[in-house]
Amino acid sequence: MVENMAARLQDVVVQRRGKTILGPVNHEMAPDGCTIVIGPNGAGKTTLLKTLHGVERLSQGQVDWGVPEHVARQQQAYVFQSPIMLRRSVRQNLIFPLSLAGKGRAEANDRVTYWATKIGLAKMLDQPAPRLSGGEKQKLALARALIRDPAVLFLDEPCANLDGRSIREIESLLLDVQRSGTRIIMTTHDLGQARRLAGDVLFLLRGQINDYGSAQTFFAAPSSPEAVAFLNGDIVE
Amino acid sequence: MTDIWSGLQAAFWLLVTFDRDLVEITLRSLQVSLSALVIASIIALPLGTWLAIRRFRFRRAVIAVLNALMGLPPVVVGLIVYLLLSRSGPFGVLGLLFTPTAMIIAQVIIITPLIASITHQAMRELWAEYHDLLISLNTSNWQRIKTLIFDGRRALLTASLAGFGRAIGEVGAIMIVGGNIDHATRVLTTAIALETGKGDFALALGLGFVLIGLALVVNFGIHVLSRTEREGRW
Ligand SMILES: Nc1ncnc2c1ncn2[C@@H]1O[C@H](COP(=O)(O)OP(=O)(O)OP(=O)(O)O)[C@@H](O)[C@H]1O
Ligand SMILES: [Mg+2]
Repeated sequence: MVENMAARLQDVVVQRRGKTILGPVNHEMAPDGCTIVIGPNGAGKTTLLKTLHGVERLSQGQVDWGVPEHVARQQQAYVFQSPIMLRRSVRQNLIFPLSLAGKGRAEANDRVTYWATKIGLAKMLDQPAPRLSGGEKQKLALARALIRDPAVLFLDEPCANLDGRSIREIESLLLDVQRSGTRIIMTTHDLGQARRLAGDVLFLLRGQINDYGSAQTFFAAPSSPEAVAFLNGDIVE
Repeated sequence: MTDIWSGLQAAFWLLVTFDRDLVEITLRSLQVSLSALVIASIIALPLGTWLAIRRFRFRRAVIAVLNALMGLPPVVVGLIVYLLLSRSGPFGVLGLLFTPTAMIIAQVIIITPLIASITHQAMRELWAEYHDLLISLNTSNWQRIKTLIFDGRRALLTASLAGFGRAIGEVGAIMIVGGNIDHATRVLTTAIALETGKGDFALALGLGFVLIGLALVVNFGIHVLSRTEREGRW
């Protein structure tokens, strides 16, 4: 594991079709804990996470993890907003990242059993993944991300399709993961969840960081009027 | 009407007795078309996959050429291969004209664009689906291709079957480059054309049944494959 997992965003701008969808962003990410990214639809949350992960084409600026991009990515895992299922069984989906990393069969099987049980999919291991329900797909995507013990975990609305009980389970799982040293960077539209998990909060608006602070200060006294309105449940656009 | 009826009866008889000529011609047809299929697949499957996942300067041009080649009339392919292989042509010294090899060459040219094009389409869809995940997992190019080929194997088999169907039923090109020589280059389609011309409907119909049977098997195979794909059975 790389010691320092802090990332620096320098003058990052992402443009698509002449429109700026992110940036300019200058920001130093905290080195540990859980960062929650919030903001209205289209604010650029997904774009920011992908930028940090190094899978978004930047129009300007750079992201610096202190190591070459592919080395950094090797230590990271990303759960996409709409889960991507390989057209294989649940088991094969879980094995996939391990076999890419050249893990042996025995070890892979142990880990698959462990994570499938942990995430509640143990009974479905031999079902085709594309036919799982929306929530089950999200759980599978999460387990597949965690199975390589990433140093950094990106989660793009991991609980969007989950019921109350599953959300509670996932949240306690994420707290465990975080305690064991994994850095979490996550978006959510659930402000309650944000309060429960956040170490610090990034509030994005129209592609820019509108407000930033530790969870305590941000939720108690956000510094920008837009953030105040957003937390009050007003419509911010 | 009686002609056709007695032809049908005779054809049926040829089939159930495994008539020597009929079996020989059928086997040669299979040999030529399966050889063409293997060679064309070796070229077209990786090419189609590669076109789907790599962005390079002339990608669009290559795809356009591929689609244009798919529409080539087989007779013209036959003519060109004939000119290349004829004694005064650039490859004349090889003495390949009027051999099964010449027929295989012509069929490879005809079905490679078809297989590559179907492959490209299926793989492009799959790649769009998998793209973010495979990039995120830091996969090498080779790992990406392996994953796509493995998970798209049904689509690839469908592409190959379509190519085989086209090859086995093709007549114009192989007639020109093969010459329809008895016991040497006579295959199902050219034999049917010849026997029909001669008025020997028995053999023509018998061969026709074999050809229809093969076409049905191929299309049934494609149907089953695409259904298991849709229903997500593995
Ligand atoms: N490839 C693209 N081409 C054009 N516009 C794009 C592209 N990708 C994203 N956008 C636009 O950029 C903006 C930010 O998108 P992004 O997905 O980052 O939003 P988000 O904050 O994750 O929203 P949501 O809460 O709905 O997930 C959106 O307005 C989107 O339409
Ligand atoms: Mg998003």
